[in-house]
Amino acid sequence: MSRIRDTFLELERSGECAFIAYMMAGDPDPSLTPPIATAIARYADVIELGIPFSDPIADGKTIQTASERALKAGMRPDKIFELIAAIRKETDIPIVVMSYYNPILHFGIERFMKRLAEGGDGIIIPDLPIEEADDVVWYAKENGIDTIFLIAPTTPEERIEQICAYSSGFVYLVSLLGVTGARETISGVVKTLIKSVVEKRQDIPPAVGFGISKPEHVQEIVKSGAKGVIVGSAIVELIAKHKAKPEVLIPALEEFCAALKAATRR
Amino acid sequence: MHIGEYPKAGKFGEYGGQFVPEVLMHALKELEDAYLLYGKDEQFKEELDFYLRTFAGRPTPLYFCARLSELLGTKLYLKREDLVHGGAHKLNNTIGQALLAKRMGKRRIIAETGAGQHGLATAIAGASFGLKTEIYMGEEDIERQRLNVFRMRLLGAEVHPVGSGSRTLKDAINEAIRDWVTNVQDTHYLLGSVVGPHPYPMMVRDFQRVIGIETKEQILETERRLPDALVACVGGGSNSIGLFYDFLDDEEVALYGVEAGGEGISSSRHSATLYAGTKGVLHGTYSYLLQDEDGQILPTHSIAPGLDYSGVGPEHAFLKDMGRVTYDIVTDREALHAFELLCKYEGILPALESAHAVAYVARLVEVEEIGSDDVVVVCLSGRGDKDVEIIERALHEQNP
Ligand SMILES: Cc1ncc(COP(=O)(O)O)c(C=O)c1O
Repeated sequence: MSRIRDTFLELERSGECAFIAYMMAGDPDPSLTPPIATAIARYADVIELGIPFSDPIADGKTIQTASERALKAGMRPDKIFELIAAIRKETDIPIVVMSYYNPILHFGIERFMKRLAEGGDGIIIPDLPIEEADDVVWYAKENGIDTIFLIAPTTPEERIEQICAYSSGFVYLVSLLGVTGARETISGVVKTLIKSVVEKRQDIPPAVGFGISKPEHVQEIVKSGAKGVIVGSAIVELIAKHKAKPEVLIPALEEFCAALKAATRR
Repeated sequence: MHIGEYPKAGKFGEYGGQFVPEVLMHALKELEDAYLLYGKDEQFKEELDFYLRTFAGRPTPLYFCARLSELLGTKLYLKREDLVHGGAHKLNNTIGQALLAKRMGKRRIIAETGAGQHGLATAIAGASFGLKTEIYMGEEDIERQRLNVFRMRLLGAEVHPVGSGSRTLKDAINEAIRDWVTNVQDTHYLLGSVVGPHPYPMMVRDFQRVIGIETKEQILETERRLPDALVACVGGGSNSIGLFYDFLDDEEVALYGVEAGGEGISSSRHSATLYAGTKGVLHGTYSYLLQDEDGQILPTHSIAPGLDYSGVGPEHAFLKDMGRVTYDIVTDREALHAFELLCKYEGILPALESAHAVAYVARLVEVEEIGSDDVVVVCLSGRGDKDVEIIERALHEQNP
């Protein structure tokens, strides 16, 4: 059993939806990643750690600039494993790494998954469709890492099933046509998408991300039947806002994450 | 083996593929289906041919450079893509894709541009076919190719400056992909070279093949034989693959792709992707690229904005590994020199990109790869009006 799966099952029993919090590793500085992650983990059910990339084509301005800050601060792909180890000392929360494909490919897929297994639980690669993912899935499985693939509003019905078959832990439903970034409202298409996945596959929980930035959004997603919500840019924005003052940042993050988590209780 | 059978399942050997966000997978499938359908459709082919002849100005001449041939010591021909409407080979592709976009019911086209030539060719196609056109262009390129920015705007296209990353072509592509992800339902991404995810490398190659098909006919008519060598500059690789493709199986024809050596490989200010790069994934395709030890994409440099890109088409990666095409470099300085030669000896003002290919002919003669009886065809991919400001500055720096 994976830590991610256990978490979803446990939340299901207590009638809650998983709150998955995204942050960019190394932003604003690698030394701050463990304390930030630990603060988030007090309220979140899963942590998603981004590895910065020079050309993040699926990301909007907020995560692009976080990526640039992290790279400037000296964040590197192999440092992610040290940071995960440091976070692991503080918390048992499932940790999912999100990275574009090239840094992983360059590091070596097998080597990456082996290292990730030292404390991490899952991997999301936003520019890797299932057609190109056999090696990733193979080595991830061999090392007990869950592979989380994305389903978009444009994904045809029959393909949804295939993507679920490649996925473990959860599947990531992209709530809108577009890149990451906080939005004012939740797009309508996501409800049909959730329904379609829930009907097709009872065995893999759908989590919804992209654009979700407020407790009201979270509530809306929870009501639509999703098993998880992913909040990214709104958290990254808060980190950017207080990046110079960790003593303000940590309580602000805790307050925001507490509100988001409260909204996941049905 | 017949090299022309590739891509197979979207791959050229190990290269190519589709490394894109899931949102785009369906659009790529739609595009491939539409292309495979209309690419064989007689009516589509006739329409394309009509616009290429009556609008773009094809066929373009194959010109024998008498004076420069004598100076260099070889028989040099230029395939005059600079005479295509818009001033570069780019329109061959944009007319094809715009016609396809119309067939697919798309109302809006977007494109990236480096030198501005592809943006210009997209703006021309967009205006003539009544498609809303938006162009992404790096801020650095906007500064150094102002004439083309002005032209695009006159043609009714909206030009979006891109200020992220290295502010050049790579970043313009990132931004165009982000737009496409957002507007995929009514928008066609009109990619300008043989890069990006399948089917672009195949489709753009096919639209540019006309360069090589015409060249073969023309050289057989004038020289009664195949050329000894073909030379073309390689940015993403579209004018070069267009010239090379119908000669790939003619083993007696040597093929040379010329990348931008910038200020030299040791300076690390260059864009020599095939010559000095390593394998990886950028902009949806697996190919050679310029990256650091962490797989982060490196900034590039070339005096020619159209060559200033850290990736290259996957079919070129395939042809490099196979040894069918030789990829080499020409520096900024050599390209400038060739630019001046072509101006003064032939009365032709070439694009700085194309000047790289001309410069390489001199090198081939120097190292005795080709001699005075050999026939060499260079793809003169574009004209240099857009570059006069850069050239003025560079010449001034050389001789202040
Ligand atoms: C005149 C000219 N030649 C060549 C290129 C390089 O592109 P490709 O390698 O796709 O032909 C460009 C690109 O902007 C160009 O404008």
